[in-house]
Amino acid sequence: MASVGKIARRTFLIGAAAVAGGFAVGYYYYRKPFANPLEADLGKGEATFNPYVKIGADNTITIVAPRAEMGQGISTTLAVMVAEELDVGLDQVKVEHGPASYAYYNAAILEEGGPFAFFDESMTAQAVRSGLGVVGKFLALQATGGSASARDGFDKMRQAGATARQLLIAAAAQKLGVAAADLETANGSILHKASGKSLTYGAVAAAAAAMAPPAEVRLKDRADWRLLGKPQKRIDMLAKVTGAPIFGIDVRLPDMLYGTVKMSPRFWAKPVKADLAKAEKMPGVVKIVPLETNYGHGFGIIADNTWAAFRAADAIDAQWADPEYPLSSAAIGDVLKQALGTKGSAMRDNGDVDTAFADAPRERIVEADYAVPYLAHATMEPMNATARFGDGALDIWCGNQAPTLVRQLCANAVGIEQDKVTVHTTFMGGGFGRRTEMDYALCAVLMAKETGGRPIKVTWTREEDMRHDAYRPAAVGKFQARLGDDGMPVAVDMKLASPSVIAGTLRRLFPSISPLGPDKSIVDGAYDQPYTIPNYRVSGVAAPVSIPVGFWRSVGSSVNGFFHEGFMDEIATAGKIDPVEMRKKLMAAYPSAVKVVEKVAAMAKWGEALPAGKARGMAFTLSFGSWVGEIIQVADTPAGIRIEKVWIAADVGTALDPGIIEAQLISAAIYGLSAAMGQEITFADGMVEQSNFHDFDAMRIFQCPVFEVAILENFHKMGGVGEVGTPPAAPALANAIFALTGKRIRTLPLSKTVAFA
Amino acid sequence: MRLTVDGQSFDFEADPDMPLLWALRDLIGKTGPKFGCGIAACGACTVHIDGQPVRSCSLPVGQVSGAVTTIEGIGTADRLHPVQQAWLEEQVAQCGYCQAGQIMSAVALLDEVADPSDADIDNAMGGNLCRCGTYPKIRSAIKKAAALKTAGL
Repeated sequence: MASVGKIARRTFLIGAAAVAGGFAVGYYYYRKPFANPLEADLGKGEATFNPYVKIGADNTITIVAPRAEMGQGISTTLAVMVAEELDVGLDQVKVEHGPASYAYYNAAILEEGGPFAFFDESMTAQAVRSGLGVVGKFLALQATGGSASARDGFDKMRQAGATARQLLIAAAAQKLGVAAADLETANGSILHKASGKSLTYGAVAAAAAAMAPPAEVRLKDRADWRLLGKPQKRIDMLAKVTGAPIFGIDVRLPDMLYGTVKMSPRFWAKPVKADLAKAEKMPGVVKIVPLETNYGHGFGIIADNTWAAFRAADAIDAQWADPEYPLSSAAIGDVLKQALGTKGSAMRDNGDVDTAFADAPRERIVEADYAVPYLAHATMEPMNATARFGDGALDIWCGNQAPTLVRQLCANAVGIEQDKVTVHTTFMGGGFGRRTEMDYALCAVLMAKETGGRPIKVTWTREEDMRHDAYRPAAVGKFQARLGDDGMPVAVDMKLASPSVIAGTLRRLFPSISPLGPDKSIVDGAYDQPYTIPNYRVSGVAAPVSIPVGFWRSVGSSVNGFFHEGFMDEIATAGKIDPVEMRKKLMAAYPSAVKVVEKVAAMAKWGEALPAGKARGMAFTLSFGSWVGEIIQVADTPAGIRIEKVWIAADVGTALDPGIIEAQLISAAIYGLSAAMGQEITFADGMVEQSNFHDFDAMRIFQCPVFEVAILENFHKMGGVGEVGTPPAAPALANAIFALTGKRIRTLPLSKTVAFA
Repeated sequence: MRLTVDGQSFDFEADPDMPLLWALRDLIGKTGPKFGCGIAACGACTVHIDGQPVRSCSLPVGQVSGAVTTIEGIGTADRLHPVQQAWLEEQVAQCGYCQAGQIMSAVALLDEVADPSDADIDNAMGGNLCRCGTYPKIRSAIKKAAALKTAGL
């Protein structure tokens, strides 16, 4: 792993910012708390204790869960953290997303941004982690991503609940003239047992909120948890089964206009010729305006209804300039392969790999080339945002994963101060990383400048959404292993190349910042796996292709999980070792990993003979702090290969809501399987070839396997949940197909080689 | 133009070529049915016309002659349809965006087949895409809803 010297000499990229070494500056600022944004907007009789808790005189208890709810259930789990310590039931609280505010910065999202594996607990790794937490505070990014929300909120939100409870008790003690120690709390009330007197939280909320917060709060021991650690009913379920208007696309405002966008099908290219006359004359069309943002160029269509806008967008006749990147998928693939031939930066370099391969006999060498395509996020809810700009103030309604960034960039776009911008974050019809982008909000805001103060809802067509994403980058990898006499690997060399997600993101969000140093996401999921191999090198190269790439559920691990674990399966085959046994041996130094592998193997009864025409594959990936093993069983059927069953074992350290965690593991596996089976974004003439669900489909219910999930809590640090099921899904499936057919498929999607039922 | 939606009559002006979905969402204000693809490939816009499930994103409003039922017309938060009740009990939804369409397809299925087999569910629900992968819970919720309906709940 990286040493202190290496860290000092190089810089590395984290999240959306380039950070050079040295985090000592500004600890004062770090310790100074942000102002409570709820104070600015309290209702009558409402008191706030901290950015997460409001209590009204009528005992209405509001919890702010300031993370994007895009299906992963985080609004429920964050609310439970507060409710647990506040001693209220989940059915007694209102949960809101709250305003955009730096007070809601996510420190955990960056903590694993350093060049260390999750299990590396050396002094250096720990120091960088805490330093990156400080950076998180400095950047004050209110962001949802990196499977970090529960980890980030776990202490903060429990403390928020506990602090409020302690203040309420103190105020009640004063009011009743009794000792605080003699008071108990339950269900939003404070009880003095000896006298039988009780007060609601609301009755003392105002007095309590005015008191100085306690210097120390004691959090409950896990044994005393009533809510945490147990499956909860999601707070958003009733709204979601009744069709309630909770999504950005459902926003309706008085006097609202509707719109859509037609952006250049070639990224960054300007229109060289555009005839708007026909479109402008179509019924229902109000105006067509040029759009220019860091995401590219195009037109905004303002209309009386969405359909009129869609039709006019189709009628715009425009020619676009040539792109700055290669025109076709084949040409892009050549750039990636060339990049693979250049010197990369090694993020893991154990032993002496070059020497280990120098004298290797041919029959002991395993070699393979892997490749994966670009992928779209394809959230169910197409990109959309609603904006209103009048009297120097801007309101934006949209689902988004980074409200403070939306506020900042949209303020810049219309040239006003950030305090004149209000971001209303709605529920999201899927995110998967797509809603960290600002394009849909920026377009709506620029169009709202043109409506004379009327609000406008701008909805993208599915085609526009599919063709203007920040894609999961295509990637290629070259893999080499040398086997020892016992068939076990003694040396592996992994070289990976793909366009840089971080560089791409900086260009769109912070074009003035130049990317420095290697992009860790190119090697994530390969360099940081809990295997011990004496000579083990993983290096990455950023390939210069400027098609927009971004954060796609599990990011680099979505690529390298497939590469690394497919190649591990190849090593096991070449060494004539059972892949489960091989992993257990290589992981011996990491007991949590071994236990996951043992558990998933036991669940699937790995090794038991299967009927003819059925086979299984296994894969393991440690990502976002969670250790996940998956086994997939496939069957050969007349209609094609059927995925019959998936077993998942995941060690998440601390399981805060087993129901939601299980749902997320299954969800993430299906997301990964959908991509592995059939998804790819390809290019011709500089444009995306796919356009809608007919040519970029996902798994359907009739293809969905049966799932069995085990959640383990062996490791001493909490891991993430939302993304961790994705990386092992594709390799487990490809390994199963190898076991079934003898075909080793090293290029996704698998449907290019085999047919699925 | 006049449409009956969720038991209520609506008069409005619209180009007869406008898909029913956009008439519902933008003109009538029924945002329960969702826009997902515009080509009848994902099912998020599913509503019923005289009890039959249709993809409202691809049906011109001028061709609609029957009564339209959306997710907002099958039950309310206080009086849930058995399918909605089952969805709630099984905790089906994640992002929830496709679920209005999923539920409308499931309601139509159960109106036709009281006790659907797995194959019936595959056939009836194959046109409804879910990117969160809630399929295992959709399947169990349909079976639970069948039981609830049979029990008259």
